[in-house]
Amino acid sequence: MEFADVFITLAIIFGLFMAWGIGANDVANAMATSVGSKALTLKQAIIIAAIFEFAGAYLAGGEVTKTIRKGILDNKILAGDPELVVYGMLAALLAAGIWLLIASKKGWPVSTTHSIVGAIVGFAAVGIGIEAVMWAKVGSIVASWVVSPVLSGLIAFLLFMSVQKLILLTPDPLKNAKRYVPVYMFLVGFIVTLVTLFKGLKHIGLHTTTFQNYSLAAGFGFLTMLFGYYAISKIKIDPKADKDFHYTNVEKIFGILMMVTACAMAFAHGSNDVANAVGPMAAVVSISESGELTQKAILPAWILAIGGVGIIAGLVMYGRRVIATVGKGITDLTPSRGFAATLAAATTVVVASGTGLPISTTHTLVGAVLGVGIARGIGAVNMRVVRSIFMSWIVTLPAGAFLAIIIFFILKGIFSS
Amino acid sequence: MVTNVFAKIFGSSPVRPLQLHMAKVTACVSELEAYFNAVIAGDWKEAKAIYKSISKLEREADKLKKQLRLNLPKGMMLPVSRRDLLEVLTMQDNVANQAKDVSGLILGRKMIFPEILADHIKEFVARCIDTCNQAEITVNELDELVETGFKGSEIQIVESMIRKLDKIESETDKIQISIRSKLYKLEKELPPIDVMFMYKVIEAIGEVADISQRVGSRLQLMLAR
Repeated sequence: MEFADVFITLAIIFGLFMAWGIGANDVANAMATSVGSKALTLKQAIIIAAIFEFAGAYLAGGEVTKTIRKGILDNKILAGDPELVVYGMLAALLAAGIWLLIASKKGWPVSTTHSIVGAIVGFAAVGIGIEAVMWAKVGSIVASWVVSPVLSGLIAFLLFMSVQKLILLTPDPLKNAKRYVPVYMFLVGFIVTLVTLFKGLKHIGLHTTTFQNYSLAAGFGFLTMLFGYYAISKIKIDPKADKDFHYTNVEKIFGILMMVTACAMAFAHGSNDVANAVGPMAAVVSISESGELTQKAILPAWILAIGGVGIIAGLVMYGRRVIATVGKGITDLTPSRGFAATLAAATTVVVASGTGLPISTTHTLVGAVLGVGIARGIGAVNMRVVRSIFMSWIVTLPAGAFLAIIIFFILKGIFSS
Repeated sequence: MVTNVFAKIFGSSPVRPLQLHMAKVTACVSELEAYFNAVIAGDWKEAKAIYKSISKLEREADKLKKQLRLNLPKGMMLPVSRRDLLEVLTMQDNVANQAKDVSGLILGRKMIFPEILADHIKEFVARCIDTCNQAEITVNELDELVETGFKGSEIQIVESMIRKLDKIESETDKIQISIRSKLYKLEKELPPIDVMFMYKVIEAIGEVADISQRVGSRLQLMLAR
């Protein structure tokens, strides 16, 4: 293809920019509950986020990337004009990146996922034609945006109820916390591993059967649990600390659980959100290299790795400041609630990643926080802000689409004359 | 410039500020003991100094009250109803107001109580302060209630605290009745206007306990949701 090198270079630059933006802004939301509940220090949060975001992106980011890259557009209709897809995907990346930059400068609550999906649908529907969009797939994505916060809210509600029943409301919460917290840890390790394995790790050369998947997941669960027992045994129980607030020591144990849950959350976030940067990039790279649209083209692992690196760069350069602010903003969240909300969100996001659905991590977390709030677990939740976060995607979709359409026509004008 | 919307969904919990306000109120009411000692001893200089400290504490409580109200805009999802919470706050604040009113009234008229009543009045004031302390103990249990999600044995603990509060308050009622009957026997020998104000002051002291008890009953309404 003509200009192939130019396209690939542009795609990598734009993709890195987008991934950088995700690392700078979005990761903070994923780590917010852990830093806010003081289960993690800022430094620990950055290290955990860097490791697990990358792991999530690299190991489990493939499925959503596939959706973004070739699930939204109808390749049969576009087969004759592969270069249009290249312009469009570049335009979508740049549009979403610019829109996110504007929005985060203004402090608007926007979602990366909504921006990129809006941008892709926008350039395809207006720049190419309504029939170029796989509307059924777009419909299921939009439906998942509604379902995911509700589902994670429900899981969070049930998790918090179970914490109440098994630990907080018992006559000896400390003893029961020591007994049941490792079980929750098993659950965290088990679910994350299982979903990741089921979706497949073929791209790193790991082929597993269903039975192996379950055994490996259980193995990871037990490892997590062992870590839990070890960490809990290290905690100094200070009976004097319970004088003013009777649950100080119990919350310390939940702090360990929160640490494990934060890893799962970072992993989940990496696995879903990396696709927003990497999906369009992968599409441009494969079309430019082969000169044609092919449904079979597999995703090179290095592209996922670039996304992971971009996220870490954004996190280290800029995200740490955002995380610090978030931590200061959340003062009254205790680890027992932070855990319920974060695990619910992480589970929902990981499952969505396994199914290839691009969802908003932030919306999912907000849904989870509401779930705990409804169980009378949180001191104060500002419903106005919650509403503004959920409403923002209605603005984000057309904004991303509009920018993408303009950039699409500019690129088309430059390259196809 | 760093803004993060996600952090903004967490409002600050009203429980701690409510407890801080109650602590201020209790500090204010506790001054009444030293105040009455000074009044009964006829040391008006000292009484005036304590009155100043009482009204300072009352003003500080007022400030805390206003701050908490501003931090509780509509549209906050709280574990308790916003209205119940604001009513508890108002009640708490009224206890401090009452302490200030009583001491102000006594100071303004430089009231002298009959010597026979002195010990009785001191006992009465001390018991009324106890009511306020018990209300504070109950309010201090609110963070544990939030932690357990307003369920389980914590509810019983708080309810037994409220029962104790009611018991202390009804004791103050009894003391008040016996002081009044003593005063009734003396009243013909005293200047009528002074006697009228003595009845008024005794009732006003009793109000301190009364309103403290109402803090407890508002809390109970809060739990009953």
